[in-house]
Amino acid sequence: MELIWQGIFKAVELVFGGDSEVWAITWLSLKISATATLISLLLGIPLGILLALSRFPGRAIAVALVNTGMGLPPVVVGLFISILLWRSGPLGFLELIYTPSAMIIAQVVIAFPIVAGLTMASFQSLDPNLALQLLGIGASKLQALWLLCKEARLPLLAAVMAGFGGVISEVGASMMVGGNIRAQTRVLTTATVLETSKGNFDIAIALGLILLALCFALNFLLTHIQQRGQMRWPRLS
Amino acid sequence: MRRLNTVVLCLAAAFSSFSALKLAPGAEPKGRNVILSTTTSTQDSGLLDILVPLFEKQTGYTVKTISVGTGQALALAAKGDADVTLVHAPSLEKQYVAEGKLLNRRLVMYNDFVIIGPRSDPAKIKPAKTASAALRLIEQSKSRFVSRGDNSGTHNLEKTLWKEAGIKPKGPWYIEAGQGMGATLGIANERNAYTITDRGTYLALGSRIILPILGQGDKALLNIYSVMEVNPANGPRINTAGGMAFADFMVAPQTQSVIKSFGVEKFGQPLFVPVAGKREEELGV
Amino acid sequence: MAEALLALRDIRVQHGATTALEVSSFDVHAGEVVAVIGPNGAGKSTLLRVMGLLQQPGSGSVYFRGEQATPKNSLEMRRCMASVFQEPLLLNGTVYANAALGLKLRGLPGDQIHKKLWPWLARLGIAHLTSRQVRTLSGGEAQRTSLARGLVLDPDLILLDEPFSALDAPTREALLLDLREILAETRITTVMVTHDLQEAAALGERIGVLSQGKLLQLASQREIFTRPVSEGVAAIVGMETRIPGVIEQTAHGITTVRFNGGTARVRADFPPGAKVTLCIRPEDIDVNHYLGERNCPKEKICIRGNVLRISPSIAHYRIAIQAEFGCVTALASKSSFTELSLREGDDVSASFRLAAVHVI
Repeated sequence: MELIWQGIFKAVELVFGGDSEVWAITWLSLKISATATLISLLLGIPLGILLALSRFPGRAIAVALVNTGMGLPPVVVGLFISILLWRSGPLGFLELIYTPSAMIIAQVVIAFPIVAGLTMASFQSLDPNLALQLLGIGASKLQALWLLCKEARLPLLAAVMAGFGGVISEVGASMMVGGNIRAQTRVLTTATVLETSKGNFDIAIALGLILLALCFALNFLLTHIQQRGQMRWPRLS
Repeated sequence: MRRLNTVVLCLAAAFSSFSALKLAPGAEPKGRNVILSTTTSTQDSGLLDILVPLFEKQTGYTVKTISVGTGQALALAAKGDADVTLVHAPSLEKQYVAEGKLLNRRLVMYNDFVIIGPRSDPAKIKPAKTASAALRLIEQSKSRFVSRGDNSGTHNLEKTLWKEAGIKPKGPWYIEAGQGMGATLGIANERNAYTITDRGTYLALGSRIILPILGQGDKALLNIYSVMEVNPANGPRINTAGGMAFADFMVAPQTQSVIKSFGVEKFGQPLFVPVAGKREEELGV
Repeated sequence: MAEALLALRDIRVQHGATTALEVSSFDVHAGEVVAVIGPNGAGKSTLLRVMGLLQQPGSGSVYFRGEQATPKNSLEMRRCMASVFQEPLLLNGTVYANAALGLKLRGLPGDQIHKKLWPWLARLGIAHLTSRQVRTLSGGEAQRTSLARGLVLDPDLILLDEPFSALDAPTREALLLDLREILAETRITTVMVTHDLQEAAALGERIGVLSQGKLLQLASQREIFTRPVSEGVAAIVGMETRIPGVIEQTAHGITTVRFNGGTARVRADFPPGAKVTLCIRPEDIDVNHYLGERNCPKEKICIRGNVLRISPSIAHYRIAIQAEFGCVTALASKSSFTELSLREGDDVSASFRLAAVHVI
């Protein structure tokens, strides 16, 4: 228990004492994961909507792939992407290994199926006639799509939070494709692993707490948007 | 309130796009990168945090230090996914050099390992003359012993000692941690067990570890660091010039004196002994 | 004849192997109310979707104001129509926001929306609910909101898909009356699809009968209910008593039909020997205890049978009578029923006027 208190004090010291390295690591974590999440949203939400609303040959396989992708172990993703990006690999000429871009790629692979799968589920929970009704009062296809997204706002934002949460807290892929290089690819999670292995438990806990605080702040904001005007369940006696 | 949310979401999107652009490939100059593969314990000692920036300032190269297990560090170099490697597993290194995968092996420094254990020393290893003799005493008394168990340089050294003692360690007293040095020391500390550790990590953890040093000084406990360059034939895009520059840097007299004074301020004693230019047979404590 | 506001030509919709809809021609004229009836699965909803340009038929064309609907102009045309479905299908939000949605989609500014919408909210009796969240509404209130959403658009054509079937009886009656008044006032061209004959009779000036994807008959209300063109239509429009017979002879425009209970002289244009069916609505059949053959009044035809089943309803009794050739269904008011005190198994005589018979 004492270790946790030490961690808390260390966290306060590092953050408010203006330790530039900790700030840099935090900033990099945020940049990489936010970018990866954004790309995942751009790819995953349209795919999820497509899978939910349309029927095409091979749809069943696509859905199964997406659902499998939701449970991909990050370290396996990291390993496969490393193999591709290593100099000895087919994409070695891109010279992306051990760069933040490689970490973004790995995180997109992790987050995109989560976003697609949850978006698909959220649209499938809508009344299938709703889209028709919206078109029936004069909505264009784009307007109807936008209204459906707003209607499915609750599970959609859950998809965003799940996607972001999944990548900002993962360490396996970031470690493998990023290399945890100081000032280049060291993020909160990989730094925590490093400090733990060095035995600096107070710093490790501090970094962990900073990560939790970051996640909490972001999710608080998104949850606020999500839960606005939501139905409260009646008290069950 | 709705407008505020829209603004926030737009800001988040803009910020992400901007940082994505900045992080895009091409933002780093090519040919200036040197990939150094080394071990976690080397990284954990903190020495590289001093030396690497020095090298970068001197030469203008950007070093990507990849600290992994010894096996992986050497494997990466053998595949050509590193330009230069700094490890401390002489027997393994010699194999790679013999195969021609790694070139120009040069000694850089050494530190030593120590055997720590419970203050009461139940196995009575203090008077033992050699490290392997101490291990034999531990096995005979079935005293708890924590091993790295991760095929690292430290683990390999431990395995060599057991072999010398003619013992295959097995049983509930022999705990295989499968983790880095810091974590392994933590386990030994909690379980009040014997373990082999490098002096550097032991000093770095300081008062957190209550187990005292019970055995030291045996030549077999020397932990010798060498730097090796990667054979350009190992793979495409190897930065031969950069790798060589780093290797030369590690054995340069200026660097060697930095190594000599590393740790004195913090621990009162140096963590490493610089030995560039010497041969292995010459080394003694 | 005025050009049709909406015209369907050679429409065919396939659902896998089955033909969901096959209509060669269907015209809707400006200002009229057309009700389309048929059993479940007849293709009524598909018909409405095709009319509302919400579903593209496999083959055939839809013409709106004489112009053929294509993917290019379909949005423009859809914006002249409004569809209301069985379920209110409202979005999360207030009643006002939902009812205003159609206008918002067309880009109308807030104050104009308010000016247009408010009278309709009052007209449909939901003005006091504007700031209520839709999840707190009753079924009737929600459906009224959905109607307001459609009506405020001042559409050239409004398409209603069983709009009352999800409501309970009193709500349904109230809304039906309101809608009837509104349609009479505004003369919005309406196509309403329903399986309920009462609704169709209440609103439909013209009625179309759909069964298994095919349009069997499209005619005025009176025609449909009293002169169906086939037994299939007769069954759907509630001409429950159908007696098989054979034409005996035709003389001076009057045809004699022989059936199992006797003969009848009806107005029909069939050659002798032709097999026909006499159809009579239950409302046109009276029931009485059997008092002998001679007690049948002159202008009427009487058929003898046994009471098979008595089904009580709100205002009348439905009596199924087993005659020699089949079943006769009669409707008796509660008062006459009590007077007669009929019971199952009773020997009765079902009588109807010749004028009430329709021969197909």
